[in-house]
Parts: sequence; structure tokens; C-alpha cells
Amino acid sequence: MDTQYGWLLNLICYLPLAGALLMVFFIKNENVGAIKTAAAIIAGVDFVLSLPLWFLYRTDGAEFQFASRAEWITSVGAQYLFGVDGFAILLILLTTLLGFISVYSSFTAITHREKEYYVFLLMLQTGMMGVFCSLDFVLFYVFWEVMLVPMYFLIGVWGGPRKLYAAIKFFLYTLVGSVLMLVGILALYFYNAGGLKAIGLAGLGNTPTFSIPHLYTIAPQVPPELQFWIFLAFFVGFAIKVPMFPFHTWLPDAHVEAPTAGSVILAGVLLKMGTYGFVRLSLPLLPDATVKAVPWIGVLSIVAIVYGALVAMAQKDMKKLVAYSSVSHMGFIMLGMFALNDPGLRGAILQMLNHGVSTGALFLLVGIVYERRHNRLISEYGGIAKVMPVYATFFLIITMSSIGLPTLNGFIGEFLILIGAFNHSWVWALFAASGIVLGAAYMLWLYQRVFFGELANEKNKSLKDLNLREQWTIIPLIFLAFWIGLYPKPFFDRMQPTVDRVMERVSVALPETDLGFVSGGDTDADHAEEPESKHGE
Amino acid sequence: MIDVCRSLPIWLIPALPAAGFVVLALVGARFPRRWVAIVGAGSVGAAAAATLCTAIGFLGRPPETGVIEERLWSWIDVGSFEIGFNLAVDALSLVMIFVVTFVGFLIHVYSTEYMADDSAYSRFFACMNLFVAFMLMLVLADSLFLLYLGWEGVGLCSYLLIGFWYSDPANGAAARKAFIVTRVGDTAFAIALLLLYKHAGTLDIQAAMAWAADNWAVGSGIAVAVALLLLGGAVGKSAQLPLQVWLPDAMAGPTPVSALIHAATMVTAGVYLIARTHVVFELAPTAMTTVAAVGAATLLLAGCSALVQTDIKRVLAYSTISQIGYMFLGLGVGAWSAAVFHLMTHAFFKALLFLGAGAVIISLHHEQDIFKMGGLRRRLPGVFWTFLIGSASLAALPLVTAGFYSKDLILWAAWSSDSGSPWLWAAGAGGALLTAVYAFRLVFIVFFGDERGHVERRPGLLILVPLTVLAVLSVVGGFVETPSALGHVSFFFDLLDPVLPPAHATVAGHGTEVLLQTVVAAITLLGVGLAFFLYVRRPAIPAAVKASPLGAWLCGLWLSGWGFDTLYDRIFVRPFVAVAGLLRADPLDEISSSVARVIAAGNSALSRTQDGRVRTYAFGIGLGAVIAVAVVVLT
Repeated sequence: MDTQYGWLLNLICYLPLAGALLMVFFIKNENVGAIKTAAAIIAGVDFVLSLPLWFLYRTDGAEFQFASRAEWITSVGAQYLFGVDGFAILLILLTTLLGFISVYSSFTAITHREKEYYVFLLMLQTGMMGVFCSLDFVLFYVFWEVMLVPMYFLIGVWGGPRKLYAAIKFFLYTLVGSVLMLVGILALYFYNAGGLKAIGLAGLGNTPTFSIPHLYTIAPQVPPELQFWIFLAFFVGFAIKVPMFPFHTWLPDAHVEAPTAGSVILAGVLLKMGTYGFVRLSLPLLPDATVKAVPWIGVLSIVAIVYGALVAMAQKDMKKLVAYSSVSHMGFIMLGMFALNDPGLRGAILQMLNHGVSTGALFLLVGIVYERRHNRLISEYGGIAKVMPVYATFFLIITMSSIGLPTLNGFIGEFLILIGAFNHSWVWALFAASGIVLGAAYMLWLYQRVFFGELANEKNKSLKDLNLREQWTIIPLIFLAFWIGLYPKPFFDRMQPTVDRVMERVSVALPETDLGFVSGGDTDADHAEEPESKHGE
Repeated sequence: MIDVCRSLPIWLIPALPAAGFVVLALVGARFPRRWVAIVGAGSVGAAAAATLCTAIGFLGRPPETGVIEERLWSWIDVGSFEIGFNLAVDALSLVMIFVVTFVGFLIHVYSTEYMADDSAYSRFFACMNLFVAFMLMLVLADSLFLLYLGWEGVGLCSYLLIGFWYSDPANGAAARKAFIVTRVGDTAFAIALLLLYKHAGTLDIQAAMAWAADNWAVGSGIAVAVALLLLGGAVGKSAQLPLQVWLPDAMAGPTPVSALIHAATMVTAGVYLIARTHVVFELAPTAMTTVAAVGAATLLLAGCSALVQTDIKRVLAYSTISQIGYMFLGLGVGAWSAAVFHLMTHAFFKALLFLGAGAVIISLHHEQDIFKMGGLRRRLPGVFWTFLIGSASLAALPLVTAGFYSKDLILWAAWSSDSGSPWLWAAGAGGALLTAVYAFRLVFIVFFGDERGHVERRPGLLILVPLTVLAVLSVVGGFVETPSALGHVSFFFDLLDPVLPPAHATVAGHGTEVLLQTVVAAITLLGVGLAFFLYVRRPAIPAAVKASPLGAWLCGLWLSGWGFDTLYDRIFVRPFVAVAGLLRADPLDEISSSVARVIAAGNSALSRTQDGRVRTYAFGIGLGAVIAVAVVVLT
């Protein structure tokens, strides 16, 4: 635990909340210009402040850096424990960037109750960042729940026609998941401490604590039976967030009804909470159960990839199409992660960023035409490349990023996931690869129906191309897409320690042959003697 | 001079067109047309100059290892998975970059006039430049991973250019079809890479090939699997059976696009890929046989289809599929250099034919139906003579055309190589007859006979000069490699020798070689004569054949490319769309909705008990008391 610059992490986390509170008290509801400016400044400053994390993080340093610690609820052993590793830093940077973009892109889209809207948006940002920073289970849980509230209001107040239905569905679904997660947390807590007599659970008798780094150390001692139940509890919580098939049905409704910025945050960051939870908690804390769950999660992920793609293909609403494409892409991430090897996990982590960039941008782009036409039906469009050439170009680049074209980000992540999946089983790789073809099919069909063809619809003839502000909401994401596609090394460097540590912790439960990263050697019988072919021990 | 050339960085070659793309994409729309033309064609011209320089350096002072490598940056470096952004020039890539930049430059020059009236002039050149850049990356890549980058990149450009005139939904559909069909092949390619990587631990081409040669036994299952998967990628890109269906539709793009991408360069990438990974194929005899069989079948099927097409560009499209079939036939029998040789000569004459067809098409105001053309040899003499040379080269007229020398080598290898057979030779010879007939059918219908179609404008110099240069290349391009009976020049094979081993021949009878050459030459001349007889002397005969029931059926079948589109539509597209349609409403949503419904039903059931009537409550209290007492008494 390295406490240097611990204050910085706290500052980044709470600045949006503090800013939101200042806005509540010091800016009048009617002063819309000042509200927008203030929100943009707060989110912008937060983004700028988060940048040093990228440079200051030391890959050879302690596991968790920028840490800070304080006593909190001493009676149960809960403490205020903040700290991040490279993996969390990448997600925090994604959050601050998308946070700023969401504020900036909402200037003209939101036309009523602006102050509350931006206040909720900023509060949401603190909630999300808190999840990535927390190293104490109670703190983690608090932020996890806090995050739900602003999102609920963002969908419920500023959403589309079925906003209440979508908001309540979103809230209930995720609440069910997080309650189960809480049960799992408590089980782990009691096992570490004195056990829980009521259910006949014997404990290790350590000092009671919710500290995640401490619980990592006892993970190998948790009996497989208990691991199974805790894993199941965590699984429900995280799988709903991801969302994994068959828990995904809240997502399309939430996406379709949420305002654009809500969709961007939802796809870009909120879904990553689930995959973050798996990598941060399930895998290292419950290695035995993780290894046993591999075939099941593999099947669910493969079904998600194919099912999501098929359903996306048939959608008539652009936002719904993108939402189902998310289901398919998140299936990819889960598949790579549960290949439980180095390239798969790396690919999964990178793909979390990629999905945030590409799908976030797709929602922004769909939001831009929605703002002009107040219609998202694909059939309402056609041939608009003629009137909106810049828009068509941006959309094309993001489409290509989403379907994994080399030189763009999606390719690197997909390819590593494929390698990981392939090292696990060729059947996984085959299905994953088929997902790539399906992905191209529905995205290109969408592109064709919206941008190609005759500009027949009168209402589209006067569509205006992107203005400067709109362009600048997309350009940073395009820049990132190319950066990750052409030179992903800095990203891999930063996630390296996390990947190593997770693999190390999972490896206690892995059978010898599944270990790590097969390379340099051959698994053919006639070359099985090459010993250096196994890494990651 | 040579030292200067050797010090020229290789990355300049793809970087120049890439820079052209960036300039045109960012500010091209604001440029005057002249500037767009200068940047668009100039960047490729500069790349051609750089290629020439590299070639001088390479030939003047050949590198000891046979390869000039250039490391740019580390692209992916995670654990032991390391992929550099590195380029390599060996003899094979030298031939390829020569074809890509020179033919590409000529086509760009041609396009400056051909596309002059198009409103999206800069978009056209931006995409073309991007294509050339990706194609050069593809052939200069020193790892299969980077090759895959170029491979997908050219696919994207192909997509953008087929759908260039996107206002017509048919063009957009053709573009999408091309992208998705080739992506099926690309997926096989990607799995081949994974498999190779899992075993060899590297995707560096030279290292992986060396590893495979050392570690895999001939005929081992894994080698066959990798080779077949690579073949899957190759048949997608090169429009061979069973993934050939996209290429005829790809003719929806502007004609220079068809010439550059769908004839001269991109579609031959599959041939390049197999030649590049020939080590794996040599380890997999089954895969080699498959390659040869795919080539032989494709060249015959596509040749038949070319025979009955009425759209000038579709004739040429099927002809391209058929000619790439020859290249696959050559690859399949281990005649690597011969296949690459045919790739080069084909690039010359097929680009020439497409550009000639384009000149005809714009002269007749975008008319593509050959039966609405005729007698054009007097109106468009420059186009006629060059087109004639191109057709002669395509038909492989003996001695005087480049196509003859390259096709001859493939046919000889099909007969004489270890993995060859008389059947493969017979397929190639049969294809030669078909080629001669359809090539000259086109010439006779379009340029001879009664004058039909009104020539609106004659092509200018920017069109005629590229045609002339390509016509010259279509003749002299063959003299770099001639058979032993005809001077025995072996410059081309000597150049490629360090990269591509010669075909293993068992029955290398000199007399047989000359005999077979004579037979094929005779077949070709017979085909030309037949075309002359059928389409100039007795045009009533083909018309009568077409009118007969069997002829009509066959014509319809061939016209539609043997019905593959219908077949795929029935077995893939429709079921897929139907399943997707069934899932539109996401049936799984029912699970959560039904939970909600159960709770709602429970709510309404229980709320019914709260009806405000005293007797209901009294009944409830009584019932509860009875149950409570019963429980106490009975337990």
C-alpha cells in the first residue's frame, strides 16, 4: 500500500460531489448558462486532475497506490480505505473522460430542470469513482448502491416515453443483485473473523475486517464449498451489472429510455462495474469457485455473444440495436476473462476500455441525430451521408472500431480475447469468431440503412451536419480508438501488475495444464517436453 | 546510387499514399479538383518512385538473408505475445509492391480523367490512396498479424469504394455483401493465426514458417488444419469457390476501382497469402490438393459464367475469378513462382481490360450492356487496339502475349509436378478454350459488327496513356520468364528463388512440354476462331442455342453464376434473418416480466381480502383462530 498522492485520489473522487453541492446552493435554477458552465468546469477539472494518475502510477510499485486510510466503523472493522492499481486507474480515466463528455454533450439535449440534471450527473461520477477506489467492502458497497440513485433519476426524469418503467426495472434488477452481493460479502467477513454460529459457519478467528487486500491473503483458505456460495452471490450481483445473458433484459429498456448522456455513462462505465467486480473480487478471492464456474460462464458468454448479435440484427430502433450489441460485446469480455489466462484477461480488460470508447461514442452519435429529428427508427433515415458527411465519417470510424477493424482499438482487444479463448478451448474461439462476423453484419446493415441509399425522407433533407461542440464530443474518443489500435503498449503496461496478480491468485486453483500463457512451445505430443512454454506461475 | 537507394526507408512506400489519404480526408473537400488529382495520383506516383528506388537497391546489392527488414515500433507487447510494427522486403514483396504501386499509379492517373465529373472527387481519391496504403502494408508486413491489418484494411476500402455511389441502395448492398462474405473467410484466417500462434509461439512470418518446417511432420493434422484455414481466408479475399459470390456484385463500384481492387491487386491477396505461407502448405498435401481442386473448379465454373454475361464489367469480373483460379491451380501444384508470375501479368492485362471497358462505358454515357455496343473500333481506335492486346493476353495468344508465358508455366506444372495430374491439366486446358472464347466474344461484340451506341466523347490523354503503358506491359511483361523451348529466360524465377522454391517435377520430359504447349496454343487459337465464327460470321447460332430450352436453362444458370446467390440466400441469409426476427422482442424479457406479473397477481389477490366488509374480516379472524387451535391441539 503506497500512500503517496493519496489526497489526489480523494480529490478526484469527491470533486464532482462537492461541485454538485456548490451548484445546489449557489447557482439559481434559472441561470442555465452558469449551470452548464459550472458543470463543464467541474467535470473538466476532474478529468485534468485524473491525468496525473496515468503518469504517477508505478508498475513496479505497491499493488495499490495513491492509497489513504482512516478509521471508520471500528466496531465491525470497517475502515475508510482508498487505493488503486493500474486496472482501476484505466477505468477511472475512462470515467472522468466520459463524465466530461456527458456533461458537454448535454448542453442542448436537456432543456428542463437543468440544474438537477447536472447535479445528478456529477453525483453519479463520484459514486462510480468511489467504487473503483474503494478497498474496503463496506465502502465499496456504499458507493455501489449510491451510484444507483442518480442513475435512477437520470432515466426516470429526463428519459423517454417509458422512462418510469425503465428506471424501476433498472433499479429493481440491480438492487436484487447488490443485496445478494452483500450476503456474499458478509459470509466472507464472518469466515475471516469468528464465523457465524447461526448457520454453522466456523471462522478463522482473525481480527474482523472488510479490507479487500487483507481478504486476498486468506482467500486460499476459504473452503471450496463456501467459495461456491459466495461466488454465486457475487455472480448474481455482477452478472446483472455486466449484464450477462440471461440477466440482460433491463439494459435495452434502460438504454432506450435514458437521455443520451445517461446511455453513454451506462454503457461506458456502469456496465464495467460488473466486469470490474469479477476481476477485482470474484477471481482473486474465490479462485476454486472461479475455476469451477469456467464452463458455465463460458456457455453463458457464448450465448450472449450470439444471442445479442441476433437480436441486435432485428432491431428497428438504433439505440436498441446498440444496446443489444453491448450485450454481445460484454459477452466477449466475459469470455476472455474466464479463459483464465494472461492474454484473455488482458484482452478483457482492454476491451472494457474499448467498449466504453466505442459504445459510448455510438450512443453519442445516435443521440446527435435524435436531438435533430426526435426519432431513432432506422427506417426514418437513409442517405444522410449526403447531408451530414462529417457525421457519416465519424459514425463509420466508430462502426469500424466496434467491429474490430485493425488499426482501431476493438481489434487489439478482440484478438487477445480470441487468443485467450483459443488457449482455453477451440470451441470457445470458434463461437467468439463467429460473433465477429455477426457483429460486422448488423453494424454494416445499420450503417447502410442510415447513411446509404437515396435521401428520400423530406425531413432529413435539411439535417445539419455536426457543429463544433458535437465534433469535440466525439473526437477524443476517435483519438483514443486510434491510439489503442496503433500503440496499446502504455495501456498494457498499466494493467500488467493487475493481470499478473490476478493470475497468480487464481492459479492456486488452476490445474497445471491450464496455466498461463502458452507460448514458445508446442502442445503436440512430440514437443511436450519443452518446459519454458508455461508462464504465469 | 545503390547505397542511396538502400538507405531509403521502406516505410515511405506505404506512408506516401497514407499521407495522401490523410490530406485528402481532412482538407480534400476544400481543394480545387486539380489539387486533389495531384495529391491523389502524385502520392501513389511517389510511392512508385520509392518502390523503384528500393528495387534498385535490392537488386543492385541483394541483402545476404534475402530480406531487408525495417523495425518501426512495438505494436503489442504483452508478456510473450510480442508483435512489432515491422516491414520486410524480399523478392516476393518486391514483385507485389511493384505491381501495386505501378499499376496503382496508372489507374490513379486514369481516374483523374475518368472521375472528373464526379461530385465526390476528393472522397474517391482519399479512399483509393487509403487502399494503396493498406495493400502495401499487406505485402510489406513481416508478421501475419500486420498482414492481417492490411488484409482487413483493404477490405474496408473495398467496401467504401464498392458503395462509392451510395445513393443507389443496390450499391450499398453489394458493398456490404463483399465485406461480410470476405469476413467469413477472414475469420478462418484469424483462427489460423491463433492456431499457428498457439503452436509456434510467434506470428513473425519467417520465424513461424521456419518453426513449422522444423516441427511439423508432412501431413500432420495441425499443419493441414492451419493450411486449410489459411485457404479459407484466401478463397474469401480472392473470390474463389465457395466464397466467390461477392465479386460480380462488387462491379457496382466505379470502373477504376474494379480495375485496381477487384482485378489487379486486392483480390490476388489470397494468392499472395498462400505463396507467403507456402511452407505450411508444403507440409499439408491434403490442403495443396484442395487448393488445386478449388482453383480448377473455380476457373471452369467462372469461365462458363463469363461466357454468357451481357454486362461488360461482369464478363471481366467472372474472368478475374477464373484467372485467379489458374493462380490457385498453380499454387496447388507447388508452382509458387508461376502463380505469382501469372498474378503479375494478370494485373497488367486485367487492369488494362477494365480501364478499356471504363473508357468504352463513359464514351457511351455509362452504358454497360455489350449488346448495346458494337463497331466501336472505328470510333475509339486507341481503346480498341489496347483492349485487343489485353484480350489477347487474357486469352494467352501464343508467343506474343504475357498471359501466354505465365499460363503456360502453370499448365505445365499442373501436368508435371508431383502433386499435379492430367485431370488438373485438362481443367486448365479446358479453361483456356473458355477464356479464348469469352475474351474474343467481348472484342467482337463490342468493337466489330454494326455500329451501335452513340459515342459522346472520346477519351483524352490521361486515359489513353495508361492504357498504352499497360498494353505494352501486357506484352513484354511475359518476357521475363520464358520456357526452355523459347529462349529460356529465367529472370523472374531466379529473382523469386530464395523465397519460393521451384516446383518438384517428376515427369520432366522436354518433348512432352513442347507437345503440351502446342496443344494449349492450338486450343487457344481454336477458341479465338470459334468466337470469330460464332459472333461475327454466324451470330444466329448463339442466338438459336440461347432460344433452345436446354440452352436457355444453361444460360440462365451461368448468367446467375451457377445459382450460388440463391442457394446461400436460402440456407444462410433467410434462416438467419428469420431467427433474428423471432428474437426481435427479446423473449427472455418474459422471465423478468413474469416475475413482475406474479407479484402483481399476488398483490391483487391479497388486496381483494381487504374489501372493507366486517364479515370478511370476522371470517378471517375465525378461520385463523380455528387453525391456531388445531395446530396447538394436534401437535
